[in-house]
Amino acid sequence: MTPSTRQEGTQMATETKPAAPAEDPVKLAEFEARCDRGETIEPKDWMPEKYRRQLTRMMSQHAHSEVVGMLPEGNWITRAPNLRRKMCLIAKVQDEGGHGLYIYCGTETLGTDRTELIDQYLYGTAKYSSIFNYPTLTWADIGVIGWLVDGAAIVNQTMLAHASYGPYARAMIRICKEENFHKRQGYELCATLARGTPAQKAMVQDAVNRWWWPSLMMFGPHDTNSPHSADLLRWKVKQKSNDDLRQRFVNLTVPQAQAIGLTLPDPDLKLDETSGEWKFGEIDWSEFNAVIAGNGPMNRERIAARRKAHEDGAWVREAAAAYAAKHQPAAGQAA
Amino acid sequence: MSTGPNGVGEWPLWEVFTQAPGGKPHEHAGSVHAPDAEIALQNARDVYTRRGEAVSLWVVPSGAIVASAPGDAGPFFDPGNDKPYRHPQFYKTPRGVKVF
Repeated sequence: MTPSTRQEGTQMATETKPAAPAEDPVKLAEFEARCDRGETIEPKDWMPEKYRRQLTRMMSQHAHSEVVGMLPEGNWITRAPNLRRKMCLIAKVQDEGGHGLYIYCGTETLGTDRTELIDQYLYGTAKYSSIFNYPTLTWADIGVIGWLVDGAAIVNQTMLAHASYGPYARAMIRICKEENFHKRQGYELCATLARGTPAQKAMVQDAVNRWWWPSLMMFGPHDTNSPHSADLLRWKVKQKSNDDLRQRFVNLTVPQAQAIGLTLPDPDLKLDETSGEWKFGEIDWSEFNAVIAGNGPMNRERIAARRKAHEDGAWVREAAAAYAAKHQPAAGQAA
Repeated sequence: MSTGPNGVGEWPLWEVFTQAPGGKPHEHAGSVHAPDAEIALQNARDVYTRRGEAVSLWVVPSGAIVASAPGDAGPFFDPGNDKPYRHPQFYKTPRGVKVF
């Protein structure tokens, strides 16, 4: 990696894209009618340019998030307290890498290949979930990430398993099946610490206190302040709004916390008797915006770690390509 | 293939088909990038069969797949869509006969 190529990568990703062309109104109406009927849109079907762009943005962000999500948890693999926990954590981190690959593969069907998507993330302006910019300070964080962060991801991904775009929906179905293991192992870990020594209980409560609000932020801004939501809802990529999903997550999680004797750090949290929903306090959006803008506690470290891994792995990619060219020249024609 | 800042073009794309246990047919699972067939099989195993999902794997160079065009789906599949007499419901059975 030389400075000149890095600059080139940055340029490529930040290049301003031309405005989406005006769509053929007949084709657009036909497309929206298909979405309304709940039909699945497949890669070779006609789609508005804006649908393609929004999905490419959303799916690649999702893929980047899976991959960067390996870092905070990978941090604890060597320090897992016993072999069982260590095996669970290795398997979970490996799953996250796999999930990234499922979604990159789905995103590529929209016409941008993986190399370019990864370049946009490593050397450009592509985003990933704000949650992975927080540090994993104690072993209890590993449990809380599984329980809260993967729990929140499941709420979101269960909806996305019905997304109008076929490759995205199919990747989500595959992921949802595996995420349940992530959440269960995390909750089990939290429950174990919560009934442990006073120090263990204090450690897991501290981790919950730090991760609760960032987990609620994972669902994104309020509906009234979410720039992409209207299109995504109209085209049935999403079927529920950010606030609806967040409320569902809170409703599911409060009883889980109570069951293991942990509290959630929100003085305004209370059960609304009429709706049966848990009302919660206002999120600190200034923190959310600061993390999104690159000023979270771990933003710089995460991107540096990903770049290093990618660049240190270049020789492996080169060697594999050289080997393939030498031994199986025909394989190169597959692309 | 594109060349990114890492200097290496993207590896070729392979479509992955997995066969579930119990004599199920091979089903499309997704795709992987790999420089050759052997690594494509290994990558496909690592990405799509971490929980015993498959007893057999196929990887096929994506470019080798010939697909019907979505725009022609109507006329292309028409020969199979206008023949209700190919379905058992087309035929009446005498009232009271329950063998069906």
